[in-house]
Amino acid sequence: MTEKTPERKDRFITVSNYPIRRLYTPHDIKDLDYERDLGSPGEFPFTRGIYPTMYRGRLWTMRQFAGFGGPEETNQRFKYLLSEGQTGLSTAFDMPTLMGLDSDHPLADGEVGVEGVAIDTLKDFEILFDGIPLEQVSTSFTINPSAPVIYAMYMAIADKQGVPREKLRGTIQNDMLKEFIAQKEWVIPPRPSVDLIVDIFEFGIKETPNFNLISISGYHIREAGATALQELAFTLADGMAYVEAALRRGIDIDQLGPQLSFFFNAHNSFFEEIAKFRAARRIWARVMRERYGAKNPESWKLRFHTQTAGCSLTEQQPLNNIIRVTIQALAAVLGGTQSLHTNSYDEALALPSEEAVRIALRTQQIIAYESGVADTIDPLGGSYFVESLTNEMERAAHTYIKKIEEMGHGSILEGVFAGIENGFFQREIAQAAYEYQKQVESGEQIIVGVNKYTICEDERVKILRVDPEVQRRQIERLARVRAERDNGAVTRALARLEQAARTQENTMPYIIEAVKAYASVGEIMEVLKKVHGAYREPALV
Amino acid sequence: MDRPIKVLMAKAGLDGHDRGVKVIARALRDAGMEVIYTGLHNTPEQIVKAALQEDVDVIGVSILSGAHLVIFRKITELMKHYGMDDVLLVGGGIIPDEDKPLLEAMGVKGLFGPGTSTQEIIDFMRAEVRKLRR
Repeated sequence: MTEKTPERKDRFITVSNYPIRRLYTPHDIKDLDYERDLGSPGEFPFTRGIYPTMYRGRLWTMRQFAGFGGPEETNQRFKYLLSEGQTGLSTAFDMPTLMGLDSDHPLADGEVGVEGVAIDTLKDFEILFDGIPLEQVSTSFTINPSAPVIYAMYMAIADKQGVPREKLRGTIQNDMLKEFIAQKEWVIPPRPSVDLIVDIFEFGIKETPNFNLISISGYHIREAGATALQELAFTLADGMAYVEAALRRGIDIDQLGPQLSFFFNAHNSFFEEIAKFRAARRIWARVMRERYGAKNPESWKLRFHTQTAGCSLTEQQPLNNIIRVTIQALAAVLGGTQSLHTNSYDEALALPSEEAVRIALRTQQIIAYESGVADTIDPLGGSYFVESLTNEMERAAHTYIKKIEEMGHGSILEGVFAGIENGFFQREIAQAAYEYQKQVESGEQIIVGVNKYTICEDERVKILRVDPEVQRRQIERLARVRAERDNGAVTRALARLEQAARTQENTMPYIIEAVKAYASVGEIMEVLKKVHGAYREPALV
Repeated sequence: MDRPIKVLMAKAGLDGHDRGVKVIARALRDAGMEVIYTGLHNTPEQIVKAALQEDVDVIGVSILSGAHLVIFRKITELMKHYGMDDVLLVGGGIIPDEDKPLLEAMGVKGLFGPGTSTQEIIDFMRAEVRKLRR
């Protein structure tokens, strides 16, 4: 048949190297059972969405990630975004804060306030949230190794503003497994890192019941080069690992389940991405109910944030990125995301400018209000292609999860630890990244403006630059805080934290105490490093 | 060329974005070069010392954290201090156009942003190393 009607290419593949057939028909979904595999929106297994009305009830949260310079600059950007109609805040931290180092640490030189906001002590947090009433916003914190400190600071601010902790809404990323797998920001080794996360679970289900205590993230796994399938499988395996760690501690799954959230990437292959989101919901619902025995329907629902794929943005012809982001954002919406960050077109060049951030937000607003795609639920449900792809992704993800389970001799948690230690995840991802690069260089994967339709470029986009003054100001403020605080109280708080960490008592109350005494991020993380040691990854290529 | 080109691929600073550095390390290796990868979170001192110890022809530094000006300044100063004028220094990552002349003036010979083909990097290293070995 193909001889008579030749096709453009020998094979058609997604951006994840997944082969796509010429046509999908009822035959491809002949085993699909509507009630069992799809169900109504808001009902098990939630393939079509987690809410009965989805975006007809409420649109997704438009949540642009922001943070640069000192807390003053980020506070201004937050207020700007809120005034532009954004409905949730999302905080980016600078590298030293992410790695648990203070601004005056030698390794922090040149990085203070560059990739995100610099936070050293509660003093900085007071400036960051100045004039922002915490009971009226939901705030997301992209922070991992130092997540307990930032979470503690948020509670300290709430206490100061007189906002009851149970009213706090937001998310801390707090997902260390994907750090060891892909994003590579860490302080202490994997096992004590997971213990610390479970401390937050145990504390948070009581103290901040409306706060997502973790955002189990595939985003970074994908950015590091993984395929859509690997992103799906590794993220859900991480989720299962956290559930198992919590169960070991004796935490009730139905108390924790509703406070788990996820974070996925939206890349270019439109239908593959939509299938990934739908498969993720179905797998998680089944795993939570059937494998872990969760009884609360809220525990079965996979709620997720999406960010468009940073790695898909090109330095060449940067305005083309606006179109890429639009397609990716549309996939996230058709996949039923709960919140969305759209990247700015200039991010392959530098930190996003205010104008670029506005266009990114407008992209979401146009999808929401002009395109009509949000007016009916799961409009692609029933498509032979999308349903078939959803089934195939679910099946293939299970094959990966089974492999991880085998590495852990029946435990996903142990399997994930083993996979990190023996480099399984890192190798799988590096291999996929290399394959993709080869496809790009051979021209099999076309990237418009990069390996096809290139032009000679001389356009300079207007870019945002962080003033080196920020580093000086930050170091100065930290020195002032250290001079003015009650250093006896700091020493006592840190000693109590060390004691708790050594005796495996929950560390959260002690971290809050230390934060309130104006102990710095670096000082608190140093205590944990002293108890658990520092992590260093073996260098694998 | 008599002996294979020896390259130290390094991640500097605090960011953990190692996708690019690993892809390039493999491509250089596939092109017949000898590649040493430092792993993450290295200081300029660690990078230059490793380059000296391994007697490399090329140092490739990957940085996506925005600290490139500070880090490359330190690396180039250390390279001058140790008289490493026969070693090619190249960089990759997110580097704004307007910083490129500054980095080139410091002594960074090639800067490769997102979307660069690995072949371009290989060709560049081969040509430059040939000149340095002469």
